[in-house]
Amino acid sequence: MTPTYSPSELLTINAARLLQDGDVVFVGVGLPNLACNLARRTHAPNLVMIYEAGVIGAQPARLPLSIGDPTLVSGALSVCSMYDIFAFYLQRGNVDVGFLGGAQIDRYGNINATVIGDYRQPKVRLPGSGGSQEIAAWANRCYVLTPHQKRRFPEKVDFRTSAGFLGGRSERQAHKLRGVGPQAVVTDIGLLEPDENGELTLTALHPGRTAEEAIANTGWALKVSTSLRATEPPTAAELRILREELDPQGIYLKGSA
Amino acid sequence: MNKLTSLSEAIAQFVHDGDTVYAAGFTHLIPFAAGHEIIRQGKKNLTLARATPDLIYDQMVAAGCAKKVIFSYMGNPGVGSLRLVRAEIEAGRLEWEEYSHFGMISRLQAGATGLPFMPMNPTAADDLQRANPLIRTVRDPYSGDEVIVVPALKPDVAIVHVQRCDRQGNAHLWGIIGEQKEAAFAAERVILTAEEIVDEDVIRSDPNRTLIPGFIVDAVCHVPYAAHPSYTQGYYDRDNAFYLEWDKISSDAAQVKAYLDEWVYGVKDRAEYWQKLGHAVHERLKVAPRPSEIVNYGQY
Repeated sequence: MTPTYSPSELLTINAARLLQDGDVVFVGVGLPNLACNLARRTHAPNLVMIYEAGVIGAQPARLPLSIGDPTLVSGALSVCSMYDIFAFYLQRGNVDVGFLGGAQIDRYGNINATVIGDYRQPKVRLPGSGGSQEIAAWANRCYVLTPHQKRRFPEKVDFRTSAGFLGGRSERQAHKLRGVGPQAVVTDIGLLEPDENGELTLTALHPGRTAEEAIANTGWALKVSTSLRATEPPTAAELRILREELDPQGIYLKGSA
Repeated sequence: MNKLTSLSEAIAQFVHDGDTVYAAGFTHLIPFAAGHEIIRQGKKNLTLARATPDLIYDQMVAAGCAKKVIFSYMGNPGVGSLRLVRAEIEAGRLEWEEYSHFGMISRLQAGATGLPFMPMNPTAADDLQRANPLIRTVRDPYSGDEVIVVPALKPDVAIVHVQRCDRQGNAHLWGIIGEQKEAAFAAERVILTAEEIVDEDVIRSDPNRTLIPGFIVDAVCHVPYAAHPSYTQGYYDRDNAFYLEWDKISSDAAQVKAYLDEWVYGVKDRAEYWQKLGHAVHERLKVAPRPSEIVNYGQY
Protein backbone atom coordinates (compact mmCIF):
# COMPACT_ATOMS: atom_id res chain seq x y z
CA MET A 1 0.00 0.00 0.00
CA THR A 2 1.31 3.45 -0.89
CA PRO A 3 1.41 5.77 2.12
CA THR A 4 -0.37 9.14 1.92
CA TYR A 5 1.62 12.33 2.27
CA SER A 6 1.26 16.12 2.22
CA PRO A 7 2.55 18.38 -0.57
CA SER A 8 5.25 19.68 1.81
CA GLU A 9 6.41 16.14 2.53
CA LEU A 10 6.52 15.41 -1.18
CA LEU A 11 8.69 18.49 -1.86
CA THR A 12 11.02 17.77 1.02
CA ILE A 13 11.57 14.14 0.11
CA ASN A 14 12.22 14.89 -3.55
CA ALA A 15 14.63 17.67 -2.58
CA ALA A 16 16.51 15.31 -0.24
CA ARG A 17 16.98 12.85 -3.08
CA LEU A 18 18.80 15.52 -5.13
CA LEU A 19 21.54 15.78 -2.50
CA GLN A 20 24.67 13.65 -2.71
CA ASP A 21 26.76 12.24 0.09
CA GLY A 22 29.54 14.69 0.96
CA ASP A 23 27.74 17.73 -0.45
CA VAL A 24 28.39 21.00 1.38
CA VAL A 25 24.96 22.63 1.42
CA PHE A 26 24.05 26.26 2.14
CA VAL A 27 20.78 25.68 3.95
CA GLY A 28 17.71 27.80 4.59
CA VAL A 29 15.12 27.25 7.28
CA GLY A 30 11.89 25.40 6.57
CA LEU A 31 11.72 22.66 3.96
CA PRO A 32 15.38 22.86 2.78
CA ASN A 33 16.52 22.35 6.37
CA LEU A 34 14.27 19.30 6.63
CA ALA A 35 15.46 17.98 3.26
CA CYS A 36 19.12 18.19 4.34
CA ASN A 37 18.44 16.49 7.65
CA LEU A 38 16.48 13.76 5.87
CA ALA A 39 19.33 13.22 3.39
CA ARG A 40 21.79 13.03 6.30
CA ARG A 41 19.71 10.32 7.92
CA THR A 42 19.31 8.30 4.71
CA HIS A 43 21.70 8.26 1.74
CA ALA A 44 24.01 11.21 2.58
CA PRO A 45 25.42 10.77 6.12
CA ASN A 46 28.44 12.96 5.27
CA LEU A 47 26.43 15.95 4.08
CA VAL A 48 27.69 19.21 5.63
CA MET A 49 25.10 21.86 6.50
CA ILE A 50 26.19 25.50 6.35
CA TYR A 51 23.94 28.37 7.49
CA GLU A 52 24.28 31.99 6.42
CA ALA A 53 24.39 32.96 10.11
CA GLY A 54 27.94 31.59 10.04
CA VAL A 55 27.45 28.00 11.21
CA ILE A 56 29.35 25.13 9.57
CA GLY A 57 28.51 21.48 10.11
CA ALA A 58 25.39 22.09 12.18
CA GLN A 59 23.66 19.12 13.79
CA PRO A 60 20.42 20.70 15.02
CA ALA A 61 18.85 18.76 17.86
CA ARG A 62 15.50 20.46 17.33
CA LEU A 63 13.72 22.12 14.45
CA PRO A 64 15.14 25.65 14.04
CA LEU A 65 12.46 28.31 13.54
CA SER A 66 14.99 30.90 12.43
CA ILE A 67 18.21 30.81 10.43
CA GLY A 68 20.08 31.87 13.58
CA ASP A 69 18.66 29.38 16.06
CA PRO A 70 21.00 28.48 18.96
CA THR A 71 20.48 24.77 18.28
CA LEU A 72 22.52 25.24 15.09
CA VAL A 73 25.51 26.38 17.14
CA SER A 74 25.63 23.75 19.90
CA GLY A 75 27.57 20.80 18.51
CA ALA A 76 28.51 22.48 15.20
CA LEU A 77 31.93 22.01 13.61
CA SER A 78 32.63 25.73 13.42
CA VAL A 79 31.01 29.12 13.85
CA CYS A 80 32.32 32.19 12.03
CA SER A 81 31.25 35.72 11.19
CA MET A 82 28.83 36.49 8.37
CA TYR A 83 31.61 38.09 6.37
CA ASP A 84 33.61 34.88 6.65
CA ILE A 85 30.73 32.60 5.68
CA PHE A 86 30.00 34.58 2.52
CA ALA A 87 33.64 35.24 1.61
CA PHE A 88 35.68 32.19 2.71
CA TYR A 89 32.95 29.65 2.13
CA LEU A 90 30.56 30.87 -0.59
CA GLN A 91 32.61 33.32 -2.70
CA ARG A 92 35.75 31.17 -2.47
CA GLY A 93 33.84 28.24 -3.94
CA ASN A 94 33.44 25.91 -0.99
CA VAL A 95 29.67 25.41 -1.32
CA ASP A 96 28.28 22.63 -3.50
CA VAL A 97 24.56 23.22 -3.18
CA GLY A 98 22.35 26.23 -2.49
CA PHE A 99 18.62 26.26 -1.87
CA LEU A 100 16.63 29.23 -3.12
CA GLY A 101 13.10 30.43 -2.68
CA GLY A 102 11.09 33.44 -3.69
CA ALA A 103 7.72 34.81 -4.66
CA GLN A 104 8.35 34.39 -8.39
CA ILE A 105 10.52 32.19 -10.59
CA ASP A 106 10.53 32.66 -14.35
CA ARG A 107 11.06 30.65 -17.50
CA TYR A 108 14.85 30.83 -17.17
CA GLY A 109 15.01 30.22 -13.43
CA ASN A 110 15.54 33.84 -12.38
CA ILE A 111 14.06 34.50 -8.95
CA ASN A 112 12.27 37.48 -7.45
CA ALA A 113 12.30 37.78 -3.66
CA THR A 114 12.33 41.58 -3.61
CA VAL A 115 9.23 43.32 -4.92
CA ILE A 116 5.99 42.91 -6.85
CA GLY A 117 5.44 45.96 -9.02
CA ASP A 118 7.80 48.91 -9.34
CA TYR A 119 10.85 48.95 -7.05
CA ARG A 120 10.39 52.56 -5.91
CA GLN A 121 6.59 52.35 -5.72
CA PRO A 122 6.16 48.78 -4.55
CA LYS A 123 2.81 47.04 -4.79
CA VAL A 124 4.06 44.32 -2.45
CA ARG A 125 7.39 44.72 -0.75
CA LEU A 126 9.02 41.33 -0.11
CA PRO A 127 11.95 40.68 2.28
CA GLY A 128 14.70 41.01 -0.35
CA SER A 129 17.85 39.08 -1.16
CA GLY A 130 19.31 38.03 2.14
CA GLY A 131 21.92 35.56 0.96
CA SER A 132 20.21 34.47 -2.24
CA GLN A 133 21.84 36.83 -4.73
CA GLU A 134 25.27 35.35 -4.03
CA ILE A 135 24.11 31.77 -3.42
CA ALA A 136 22.48 31.67 -6.87
CA ALA A 137 25.72 32.86 -8.47
CA TRP A 138 28.39 30.99 -6.56
CA ALA A 139 27.03 27.72 -5.17
CA ASN A 140 28.08 24.98 -7.60
CA ARG A 141 24.44 24.07 -8.18
CA CYS A 142 21.09 25.34 -6.89
CA TYR A 143 17.67 23.92 -6.21
CA VAL A 144 14.35 25.66 -5.74
CA LEU A 145 11.39 24.31 -3.77
CA THR A 146 8.04 25.93 -4.47
CA PRO A 147 4.35 25.16 -4.75
CA HIS A 148 3.32 24.96 -8.40
CA GLN A 149 1.07 28.00 -8.89
CA LYS A 150 0.68 30.21 -11.94
CA ARG A 151 1.31 33.43 -10.00
CA ARG A 152 4.63 32.03 -8.81
CA PHE A 153 5.71 31.09 -12.34
CA PRO A 154 5.46 34.21 -14.51
CA GLU A 155 7.07 34.40 -17.94
CA LYS A 156 9.39 37.09 -16.53
CA VAL A 157 9.99 38.09 -12.91
CA ASP A 158 9.26 41.68 -11.82
CA PHE A 159 12.74 41.96 -10.26
CA ARG A 160 15.75 39.69 -10.62
CA THR A 161 16.87 39.20 -7.02
CA SER A 162 19.04 36.28 -8.06
CA ALA A 163 20.20 35.03 -11.42
CA GLY A 164 19.03 31.86 -13.05
CA PHE A 165 19.95 31.69 -16.73
CA LEU A 166 19.03 35.39 -17.27
CA GLY A 167 17.63 35.44 -20.86
CA GLY A 168 19.01 32.01 -21.72
CA ARG A 169 21.90 29.69 -20.90
CA SER A 170 24.43 31.52 -23.10
CA GLU A 171 23.73 34.78 -21.26
CA ARG A 172 24.61 33.22 -17.91
CA GLN A 173 27.68 31.58 -19.40
CA ALA A 174 28.87 34.98 -20.67
CA HIS A 175 29.02 36.18 -17.05
CA LYS A 176 31.46 33.38 -16.10
CA LEU A 177 29.81 32.83 -12.72
CA ARG A 178 31.31 29.96 -10.80
CA GLY A 179 27.99 28.17 -10.20
CA VAL A 180 26.08 26.40 -13.00
CA GLY A 181 22.73 27.82 -11.88
CA PRO A 182 19.41 26.23 -10.95
CA GLN A 183 19.46 22.51 -11.70
CA ALA A 184 15.94 21.63 -10.59
CA VAL A 185 12.76 23.27 -9.40
CA VAL A 186 10.84 20.86 -7.20
CA THR A 187 7.10 21.52 -7.07
CA ASP A 188 4.13 19.60 -5.73
CA ILE A 189 3.36 18.51 -9.33
CA GLY A 190 6.79 17.43 -10.48
CA LEU A 191 10.28 18.59 -11.39
CA LEU A 192 11.31 21.34 -13.78
CA GLU A 193 14.86 21.20 -15.08
CA PRO A 194 16.70 23.54 -17.47
CA ASP A 195 17.02 22.40 -21.09
CA GLU A 196 19.99 23.18 -23.34
CA ASN A 197 18.84 26.83 -23.54
CA GLY A 198 18.35 27.11 -19.78
CA GLU A 199 14.55 27.07 -20.14
CA LEU A 200 12.77 25.31 -17.29
CA THR A 201 11.09 22.23 -18.74
CA LEU A 202 8.85 19.62 -17.16
CA THR A 203 11.02 16.53 -16.76
CA ALA A 204 9.26 14.51 -14.06
CA LEU A 205 5.83 14.08 -12.55
CA HIS A 206 4.94 12.98 -9.05
CA PRO A 207 2.58 10.01 -8.67
CA GLY A 208 -0.94 10.80 -9.88
CA ARG A 209 -0.05 14.20 -11.39
CA THR A 210 -0.32 15.12 -15.07
CA ALA A 211 1.57 17.28 -17.53
CA GLU A 212 -1.69 19.15 -18.22
CA GLU A 213 -1.85 20.23 -14.57
CA ALA A 214 1.74 21.47 -14.72
CA ILE A 215 1.09 23.41 -17.94
CA ALA A 216 -2.13 24.94 -16.55
CA ASN A 217 -0.26 26.15 -13.44
CA THR A 218 2.68 27.71 -15.26
CA GLY A 219 2.71 31.26 -16.61
CA TRP A 220 4.64 30.49 -19.77
CA ALA A 221 4.16 27.82 -22.46
CA LEU A 222 5.77 25.05 -20.43
CA LYS A 223 7.67 22.52 -22.52
CA VAL A 224 7.34 18.86 -21.61
CA SER A 225 10.46 16.73 -21.91
CA THR A 226 10.31 13.91 -24.45
CA SER A 227 11.77 11.68 -21.74
CA LEU A 228 9.25 12.63 -19.05
CA ARG A 229 9.74 10.36 -16.04
CA ALA A 230 7.82 9.57 -12.87
CA THR A 231 9.27 10.24 -9.41
CA GLU A 232 9.29 7.40 -6.93
CA PRO A 233 6.56 7.88 -4.33
CA PRO A 234 7.74 8.83 -0.82
CA THR A 235 8.68 5.70 1.08
CA ALA A 236 7.39 4.75 4.50
CA ALA A 237 10.95 5.12 5.85
CA GLU A 238 11.34 8.68 4.52
CA LEU A 239 7.95 9.69 5.90
CA ARG A 240 8.70 8.14 9.28
CA ILE A 241 11.95 10.11 9.66
CA LEU A 242 10.26 13.36 8.68
CA ARG A 243 7.23 12.87 10.94
CA GLU A 244 8.74 11.21 13.98
CA GLU A 245 12.27 12.64 14.12
CA LEU A 246 12.49 15.91 12.21
CA ASP A 247 9.15 17.72 12.47
CA PRO A 248 7.02 15.83 14.98
CA GLN A 249 4.73 18.83 15.51
CA GLY A 250 4.19 19.24 11.79
CA ILE A 251 5.27 22.88 11.85
CA TYR A 252 6.52 22.78 8.25
CA LEU A 253 5.18 19.48 6.95
CA LYS A 254 1.47 19.84 7.57
CA GLY A 255 1.25 22.85 5.26
CA SER A 256 0.32 22.75 1.61
CA ALA A 257 4.01 23.55 0.75
CA MET B 1 39.12 53.33 32.44
CA ASN B 2 35.88 52.28 34.03
CA LYS B 3 33.13 52.86 31.43
CA LEU B 4 30.35 51.26 33.42
CA THR B 5 27.21 53.34 33.22
CA SER B 6 23.46 52.89 33.06
CA LEU B 7 21.89 52.14 29.69
CA SER B 8 19.74 55.26 29.88
CA GLU B 9 22.83 57.44 30.44
CA ALA B 10 24.71 55.70 27.61
CA ILE B 11 21.85 56.24 25.15
CA ALA B 12 21.40 59.85 26.25
CA GLN B 13 25.10 60.57 25.85
CA PHE B 14 26.03 58.60 22.73
CA VAL B 15 22.90 58.38 20.53
CA HIS B 16 21.84 61.67 18.95
CA ASP B 17 18.91 62.61 16.75
CA GLY B 18 19.83 62.08 13.10
CA ASP B 19 22.52 59.47 13.83
CA THR B 20 23.14 56.35 11.80
CA VAL B 21 22.74 53.50 14.28
CA TYR B 22 23.87 49.90 13.84
CA ALA B 23 22.29 47.64 16.47
CA ALA B 24 24.27 44.49 15.77
CA GLY B 25 23.52 40.78 15.91
CA PHE B 26 22.31 38.30 13.32
CA THR B 27 19.28 36.75 15.09
CA HIS B 28 21.53 36.28 18.14
CA LEU B 29 22.33 38.94 20.81
CA ILE B 30 20.08 41.59 19.28
CA PRO B 31 20.22 44.56 21.70
CA PHE B 32 16.48 44.99 22.30
CA ALA B 33 16.97 46.71 25.65
CA ALA B 34 18.93 49.50 23.95
CA GLY B 35 16.30 49.77 21.20
CA HIS B 36 13.58 50.17 23.80
CA GLU B 37 15.60 52.81 25.66
CA ILE B 38 16.06 54.75 22.40
CA ILE B 39 12.28 54.66 21.96
CA ARG B 40 11.69 55.83 25.56
CA GLN B 41 14.08 58.74 25.05
CA GLY B 42 12.19 59.74 21.90
CA LYS B 43 15.21 59.83 19.57
CA LYS B 44 14.27 61.04 16.08
CA ASN B 45 15.36 60.93 12.43
CA LEU B 46 17.68 57.98 12.93
CA THR B 47 19.04 55.96 10.04
CA LEU B 48 18.69 52.39 11.22
CA ALA B 49 21.16 49.96 9.64
CA ARG B 50 21.06 46.19 10.16
CA ALA B 51 21.33 43.20 7.82
CA THR B 52 17.97 42.06 9.18
CA PRO B 53 15.93 44.93 10.69
CA ASP B 54 14.18 42.28 12.81
CA LEU B 55 11.58 43.19 15.41
CA ILE B 56 13.89 45.73 17.06
CA TYR B 57 13.72 48.09 14.06
CA ASP B 58 10.07 47.25 13.38
CA GLN B 59 9.37 48.58 16.89
CA MET B 60 11.66 51.60 16.53
CA VAL B 61 10.08 52.49 13.18
CA ALA B 62 6.60 52.11 14.73
CA ALA B 63 7.64 54.44 17.55
CA GLY B 64 8.69 57.13 15.06
CA CYS B 65 12.46 57.02 15.67
CA ALA B 66 13.53 56.42 12.06
CA LYS B 67 13.75 58.37 8.87
CA LYS B 68 15.53 55.63 6.93
CA VAL B 69 16.43 51.94 7.09
CA ILE B 70 19.43 50.20 5.51
CA PHE B 71 19.01 46.43 5.24
CA SER B 72 19.59 43.22 3.30
CA TYR B 73 16.68 41.04 4.46
CA MET B 74 13.53 42.75 5.65
CA GLY B 75 11.49 39.90 7.13
CA ASN B 76 10.44 38.49 10.49
CA PRO B 77 13.00 35.64 10.55
CA GLY B 78 11.32 32.25 10.36
CA VAL B 79 7.86 33.83 10.50
CA GLY B 80 7.23 35.98 7.43
CA SER B 81 6.74 39.64 6.76
CA LEU B 82 8.20 42.46 8.85
CA ARG B 83 4.92 44.28 8.73
CA LEU B 84 5.61 47.76 10.08
CA VAL B 85 8.80 48.52 8.14
CA ARG B 86 7.16 47.01 5.07
CA ALA B 87 4.01 49.12 5.42
CA GLU B 88 6.03 52.32 5.84
CA ILE B 89 8.09 51.52 2.74
CA GLU B 90 5.02 50.59 0.69
CA ALA B 91 3.35 53.84 1.75
CA GLY B 92 6.44 55.85 0.78
CA ARG B 93 6.86 57.20 4.34
CA LEU B 94 10.26 55.64 5.05
CA GLU B 95 13.46 55.94 3.05
CA TRP B 96 15.38 52.74 2.43
CA GLU B 97 18.67 51.52 1.05
CA GLU B 98 19.09 47.88 0.19
CA TYR B 99 21.87 45.33 -0.33
CA SER B 100 22.34 41.58 -0.36
CA HIS B 101 23.65 40.17 2.93
CA PHE B 102 27.15 39.98 1.47
CA GLY B 103 26.90 43.56 0.21
CA MET B 104 25.71 44.80 3.60
CA ILE B 105 28.43 43.10 5.62
CA SER B 106 31.05 44.02 3.03
CA ARG B 107 30.11 47.64 3.70
CA LEU B 108 30.76 47.06 7.40
CA GLN B 109 33.97 45.17 6.67
CA ALA B 110 35.23 48.19 4.72
CA GLY B 111 34.22 50.54 7.51
CA ALA B 112 35.80 48.32 10.13
CA THR B 113 39.12 48.00 8.31
CA GLY B 114 39.50 51.63 7.26
CA LEU B 115 39.02 50.97 3.55
CA PRO B 116 36.92 53.22 1.27
CA PHE B 117 35.01 50.28 -0.26
CA MET B 118 35.02 46.50 -0.58
CA PRO B 119 35.07 44.52 -3.81
CA MET B 120 32.83 41.53 -4.41
CA ASN B 121 32.57 39.14 -7.32
CA PRO B 122 29.68 39.86 -9.71
CA THR B 123 26.46 37.84 -9.44
CA ALA B 124 24.78 38.74 -12.78
CA ALA B 125 21.66 39.77 -10.85
CA ASP B 126 21.98 43.50 -11.44
CA ASP B 127 18.47 44.80 -10.74
CA LEU B 128 19.51 45.76 -7.21
CA GLN B 129 22.52 47.59 -8.58
CA ARG B 130 20.20 49.57 -10.84
CA ALA B 131 17.94 50.32 -7.88
CA ASN B 132 20.76 51.36 -5.55
CA PRO B 133 23.34 53.69 -7.16
CA LEU B 134 25.77 53.14 -4.27
CA ILE B 135 26.42 49.64 -5.63
CA ARG B 136 28.92 50.17 -8.44
CA THR B 137 31.42 48.34 -10.59
CA VAL B 138 35.13 48.96 -11.04
CA ARG B 139 37.69 47.26 -13.23
CA ASP B 140 40.06 44.88 -11.49
CA PRO B 141 43.45 46.42 -12.39
CA TYR B 142 45.05 42.97 -12.47
CA SER B 143 42.68 40.87 -14.61
CA GLY B 144 40.72 43.65 -16.31
CA ASP B 145 37.43 42.00 -15.24
CA GLU B 146 34.67 43.94 -13.54
CA VAL B 147 34.08 43.64 -9.81
CA ILE B 148 31.22 44.99 -7.72
CA VAL B 149 32.05 47.53 -5.02
CA VAL B 150 30.09 48.84 -2.05
CA PRO B 151 31.09 51.86 0.03
CA ALA B 152 32.28 51.67 3.63
CA LEU B 153 29.50 51.90 6.21
CA LYS B 154 30.62 53.95 9.21
CA PRO B 155 27.75 54.21 11.66
CA ASP B 156 27.75 57.05 14.16
CA VAL B 157 27.05 54.52 16.87
CA ALA B 158 27.12 50.72 17.12
CA ILE B 159 25.23 48.93 19.88
CA VAL B 160 26.45 45.44 20.70
CA HIS B 161 25.15 42.98 23.27
CA VAL B 162 27.68 40.47 24.62
CA GLN B 163 27.78 37.54 27.02
CA ARG B 164 30.39 39.15 29.23
CA CYS B 165 32.85 42.00 29.36
CA ASP B 166 34.97 43.84 31.91
CA ARG B 167 34.50 47.45 33.04
CA GLN B 168 36.75 48.70 30.24
CA GLY B 169 34.62 46.98 27.59
CA ASN B 170 36.90 44.08 26.65
CA ALA B 171 34.20 41.72 25.48
CA HIS B 172 33.74 37.96 25.08
CA LEU B 173 31.16 36.77 22.56
CA TRP B 174 30.38 33.26 21.40
CA GLY B 175 27.69 31.53 19.38
CA ILE B 176 26.57 33.28 16.21
CA ILE B 177 28.94 36.23 15.87
CA GLY B 178 27.32 37.69 12.73
CA GLU B 179 28.75 41.21 12.45
CA GLN B 180 29.27 42.49 16.00
CA LYS B 181 33.03 42.88 15.69
CA GLU B 182 32.71 44.56 12.28
CA ALA B 183 29.98 46.94 13.51
CA ALA B 184 32.02 47.92 16.57
CA PHE B 185 35.19 48.65 14.59
CA ALA B 186 33.25 50.48 11.84
CA ALA B 187 31.39 52.83 14.19
CA GLU B 188 32.45 56.17 15.65
CA ARG B 189 31.01 55.30 19.05
CA VAL B 190 30.34 51.91 20.66
CA ILE B 191 27.83 51.04 23.38
CA LEU B 192 28.06 47.59 24.93
CA THR B 193 25.37 45.89 26.92
CA ALA B 194 26.40 42.71 28.72
CA GLU B 195 24.76 39.79 30.47
CA GLU B 196 27.64 39.81 32.97
CA ILE B 197 30.34 42.26 33.99
CA VAL B 198 33.43 40.24 34.89
CA ASP B 199 36.93 40.93 36.18
CA GLU B 200 39.62 41.59 33.63
CA ASP B 201 41.19 38.26 34.73
CA VAL B 202 38.26 36.37 33.24
CA ILE B 203 38.77 38.11 29.89
CA ARG B 204 42.52 37.46 30.04
CA SER B 205 41.90 33.76 30.75
CA ASP B 206 40.56 33.30 27.19
CA PRO B 207 41.90 36.05 24.92
CA ASN B 208 40.87 34.36 21.67
CA ARG B 209 37.25 34.91 22.70
CA THR B 210 37.69 38.70 22.95
CA LEU B 211 36.17 40.02 19.73
CA ILE B 212 35.93 43.63 20.87
CA PRO B 213 38.77 45.38 22.72
CA GLY B 214 37.85 47.88 25.40
CA PHE B 215 39.76 50.77 23.85
CA ILE B 216 37.19 51.13 21.03
CA VAL B 217 34.26 51.04 23.48
CA ASP B 218 32.60 54.18 24.89
CA ALA B 219 30.05 52.81 27.33
CA VAL B 220 29.58 49.53 29.19
CA CYS B 221 26.13 48.73 30.55
CA HIS B 222 25.23 45.76 32.72
CA VAL B 223 21.87 44.66 31.29
CA PRO B 224 20.94 41.01 31.89
CA TYR B 225 18.36 39.64 29.42
CA ALA B 226 18.95 42.63 27.13
CA ALA B 227 18.47 40.49 24.02
CA HIS B 228 14.96 39.15 24.68
CA PRO B 229 13.01 38.21 22.48
CA SER B 230 16.30 37.46 20.72
CA TYR B 231 18.64 35.28 22.76
CA THR B 232 22.05 34.96 24.35
CA GLN B 233 23.80 31.67 23.59
CA GLY B 234 24.17 29.64 26.77
CA TYR B 235 22.10 32.10 28.86
CA TYR B 236 18.54 31.95 27.51
CA ASP B 237 16.68 30.77 24.44
CA ARG B 238 15.17 32.73 21.57
CA ASP B 239 11.52 33.51 22.33
CA ASN B 240 10.13 32.06 19.11
CA ALA B 241 6.61 32.30 20.51
CA PHE B 242 6.99 36.07 20.76
CA TYR B 243 8.33 36.32 17.19
CA LEU B 244 5.14 34.52 16.09
CA GLU B 245 3.01 36.72 18.38
CA TRP B 246 4.55 39.88 16.90
CA ASP B 247 3.20 38.81 13.51
CA LYS B 248 -0.29 39.24 15.00
CA ILE B 249 0.44 42.36 17.06
CA SER B 250 2.07 44.14 14.12
CA SER B 251 -0.90 43.55 11.85
CA ASP B 252 -3.00 46.00 13.90
CA ALA B 253 -1.97 49.59 14.73
CA ALA B 254 -3.92 49.60 17.99
CA GLN B 255 -2.16 46.47 19.20
CA VAL B 256 1.23 47.93 18.28
CA LYS B 257 0.46 51.06 20.30
CA ALA B 258 -0.75 48.95 23.21
CA TYR B 259 2.41 46.85 23.05
CA LEU B 260 4.71 49.88 23.06
CA ASP B 261 2.70 51.50 25.87
CA GLU B 262 2.86 48.42 28.05
CA TRP B 263 6.29 46.91 27.31
CA VAL B 264 8.43 49.90 26.32
CA TYR B 265 7.00 53.16 27.70
CA GLY B 266 5.35 51.33 30.60
CA VAL B 267 8.56 49.98 32.12
CA LYS B 268 11.51 51.97 33.32
CA ASP B 269 14.26 49.56 32.30
CA ARG B 270 15.10 46.03 31.25
CA ALA B 271 15.02 44.67 34.80
CA GLU B 272 11.40 45.75 35.13
CA TYR B 273 10.61 44.35 31.66
CA TRP B 274 12.12 40.97 32.53
CA GLN B 275 10.29 40.88 35.85
CA LYS B 276 7.04 41.70 34.07
CA LEU B 277 7.51 38.83 31.59
CA GLY B 278 7.00 36.54 34.54
CA HIS B 279 8.01 33.16 35.81
CA ALA B 280 6.46 31.04 33.08
CA VAL B 281 8.38 32.87 30.34
CA HIS B 282 11.61 32.71 32.36
CA GLU B 283 11.17 28.96 32.72
CA ARG B 284 10.33 28.48 29.05
CA LEU B 285 13.50 30.26 27.95
CA LYS B 286 15.86 28.48 30.35
CA VAL B 287 18.65 26.50 28.71
CA ALA B 288 20.57 23.51 30.03
CA PRO B 289 24.37 23.90 30.22
CA ARG B 290 26.64 22.49 27.52
CA PRO B 291 30.16 23.76 28.32
CA SER B 292 33.09 23.46 25.93
CA GLU B 293 36.22 21.54 26.78
CA ILE B 294 38.68 23.75 28.64
CA VAL B 295 41.32 25.38 26.42
CA ASN B 296 44.86 25.26 27.81
CA TYR B 297 46.82 28.39 26.90
CA GLY B 298 49.86 27.22 28.88
CA GLN B 299 51.83 29.00 31.61
CA TYR B 300 54.74 30.86 29.96
